[in-house]
Amino acid sequence: MEFLEKMISLRFEIAAFLLFGIGFMHLLVEKNLIKKIIAFNVMDSSVFLFLASQGYIHGRTAPIITDGITDASLYINPVPAGLVLTGIVVSVSISAFFLALTQRFYHRYHTVNFDEIMILAKEKDVD
Amino acid sequence: MLPLYYNIPFLCIFLCMIGGIVMPLLKNGKCAVRCTETICFAVFALFTGLCLILSQRGESFAYKMGHFPAPWGNELFVGPLDALLCALFALVLGLSLLGGEVTMQADILPQKQNFYCTMMCMTLASLLALTTTNDMFTGYVFMEISTLAACAIVMARDTGEMVAATIRYLILSLLGSGLFLIGLAMLYCITGHLLMPQLLQRILLLSASDAYHIPLTVVCGLMTLGLGIKSSMFPFYAWLPPAHGGATTGASAVLSGLVLKGYIVFLIRIFYRVFSVSVVRNLHVTDILFVFGILGMILGSVMAIGEEHSKRMLAYSSVAQIGYIFMGLGLGTDAGVMAAFFQILAHAVTKPLLFLCVGRLSELRHHEKRFALLRGSAHEDQMAGIGFVVGGLSMVGIPLLTGFTAKLFLADAAMGGSVKMWTALLALALSSILNARYYIPAMFAIWAKPEAGQPDKHTKANRGFTVSAAVLTACVVLLGITAIPVVRIIQQELSML
Repeated sequence: MEFLEKMISLRFEIAAFLLFGIGFMHLLVEKNLIKKIIAFNVMDSSVFLFLASQGYIHGRTAPIITDGITDASLYINPVPAGLVLTGIVVSVSISAFFLALTQRFYHRYHTVNFDEIMILAKEKDVD
Repeated sequence: MLPLYYNIPFLCIFLCMIGGIVMPLLKNGKCAVRCTETICFAVFALFTGLCLILSQRGESFAYKMGHFPAPWGNELFVGPLDALLCALFALVLGLSLLGGEVTMQADILPQKQNFYCTMMCMTLASLLALTTTNDMFTGYVFMEISTLAACAIVMARDTGEMVAATIRYLILSLLGSGLFLIGLAMLYCITGHLLMPQLLQRILLLSASDAYHIPLTVVCGLMTLGLGIKSSMFPFYAWLPPAHGGATTGASAVLSGLVLKGYIVFLIRIFYRVFSVSVVRNLHVTDILFVFGILGMILGSVMAIGEEHSKRMLAYSSVAQIGYIFMGLGLGTDAGVMAAFFQILAHAVTKPLLFLCVGRLSELRHHEKRFALLRGSAHEDQMAGIGFVVGGLSMVGIPLLTGFTAKLFLADAAMGGSVKMWTALLALALSSILNARYYIPAMFAIWAKPEAGQPDKHTKANRGFTVSAAVLTACVVLLGITAIPVVRIIQQELSML
């Protein structure tokens, strides 16, 4: 019972690490480039989940001064949210780049399977 | 009132980023290349001045962005060595562009050349930021900028093979940065800080109280692994040869000589300024780096021996040279890190020189890259031949050249340790022999007697290449014979970190 309670209190962390593992593995082994991009997004989102869950403290509010209360212990630290935001920007730009690359592949070889592309690329232009 | 020179690092980073934005607006590729070179040399001049000032005064400073005080704001931290590294990065990047310009014109579509220059500017900006930042998250963001810019540079030569190489490069880089990011998130959760000095204080407290031993090991391991993948530490090098070997000449020079170094410099800064060397040694991360470094030194060279493609051979040689750096780091002593820094500087001038020379020689032979087809090409451009010989001999470790000095420092740093000393010395000796095994035949091949009956080519002299090869050759020799001032700067910085 105690174990279960601990698991429940750590649910966000556990979910984040599971998702990170899933994303990481699929980014590594998946053949389909589109699936690779999805895996990359899962991986990065897990980190954001981890940061966001660590940054939230139950019972406190967003760091916007309301009713003139300036006691810092009543508010949440805004830095983790800022980090998540920056991380999202980074991950979006990488996804965009990756998608553009995949599109270029598709136009050239008419497939999004990375293994096939490697073989085709070797055959077509030998340097 | 801040002294005026405190603004130099920020201004340089900003200049590069503005440059990146302006490049696509310029009227053609040639114009953009000129502008990028001007930016590089301006950055070089500014950082050289800064390095001289800082090393004379024995000073280092933290520049507060937007004047927010320490635990909240974002900072740059610059010491004399950082300034020296930045100056060298900017110089080599400028020279690589200059020397690789003719090949670039042939390899990259005219409408893409401006974007190529944009990416070069972004690469320089991210290198400068990685070398000077005091904030871990800023470091992460610039790592990603560097990755994207590097991938785009590889991509610029738009053949199917290169697109495949780029994808591979991008995937492994993303794995690396993912590991780094989760490590960073955990570190932030443990300590509550992102600025390096504050992190260091907390980590020293934690390691003294023996709390969080396992999380700290995991964090340190994840960050090292992440940056190791990005800088092609031995078992994770698979992406490097196709990407660096296939890109256009100037891009290969920049990628092999500089981009890898940015990550390593950042890693060393993390070791020194976040975890402190003693903690890293207690976590046994250095031992792992040592083993990987040794393996890289030997196996990188072994793979280079069988390689016929000239640029891919140089790329495998980069794997070996990166191994030297990690071996120096793995010694876990100040002397080892000093040697690693010297190796970073040495490789940052030697490898671009080699890439530029090979690029120029293959330009003379209709862009053929195999050594069999480059036979005797050095007679057609003697500067390229001389540059290749000097660079190659430096890699082998012939005295008076910088590669020898770097190996000397590495061997010197290894002295004193028992098991590590013998392994390191043996590996150094073995890898020098292996280096000779592939560089010397390559030199003979390019200087072979040209076959009779081959008419003299109507090749145009390439003045940009001649200048940049001459400057880089001079750097290789100068860094080899006057190592003492550089060593003093490195030691000065290590005492301040």
